[in-house]
Amino acid sequence: MNVTVKYFAVCHEMLDRSEEEMDLPEGATVKTILQRLEEEWPEIAEFYEVMQMSVNWEYATENTELSEGDEVALIPPVTGGLDV
Amino acid sequence: MFKITTEVITGAEVREAVEGPDAGAVVLFFGTVRNNTDGRAVRCLEYEAYPPMAEKKMAEIAQEISEKWGIPRVAMVHRVGKLEIGEVSVAVAVASPHRKDGFEACKYAMDRLKQIVPIWKREIWADGETEWVKPDAVFFDAPKPHKTDPQTD
Repeated sequence: MNVTVKYFAVCHEMLDRSEEEMDLPEGATVKTILQRLEEEWPEIAEFYEVMQMSVNWEYATENTELSEGDEVALIPPVTGGLDV
Repeated sequence: MFKITTEVITGAEVREAVEGPDAGAVVLFFGTVRNNTDGRAVRCLEYEAYPPMAEKKMAEIAQEISEKWGIPRVAMVHRVGKLEIGEVSVAVAVASPHRKDGFEACKYAMDRLKQIVPIWKREIWADGETEWVKPDAVFFDAPKPHKTDPQTD
């Protein structure tokens, strides 16, 4: 199945792309994507402590199962607004 | 109104989005770009968002406010792109029957925005260096749901 994976802020910069299509096996979860990214970018594991993931605009867990056409995103720590 | 925009944010648009005959108070909040962070000179700020999810999360915050205070109308707008010193980056408007609830709900909206709405800020320092802003402590109170769920693992 195909899913879209989006990268924002520091993830966008470090992976040097803002999104990509991934072809995943049936039964794949969010963790499948994280493992695949780790092969390309081992340091990403250090970010997992503070990073969140979303599936179809909702925060997800590593175990969230994916379906054809899902939109997944890596969400670095959010800092909207200002320090006021 | 829950919106990510590249346009200049005006007070009128957020106020008009919440006004109504049952309101005794409209509380407006604007976040503006400050010229320094902890004393280091800032040239400008750059904001990036995940717009569809950000707008969905803003609507959820308004729902939380509706449940906590019975306040039916909240507007949240956040600008993205490069912003100059003094420009408005975020605006929140809350219409409530009485001012006390309005002030509390407005503060709550901003606190929650900084926790769950996917927007990121990059500082462009006066010396030309750039840096993605790390979250303040409030983030670490937020759930980190990507973690393996202990019940199922």
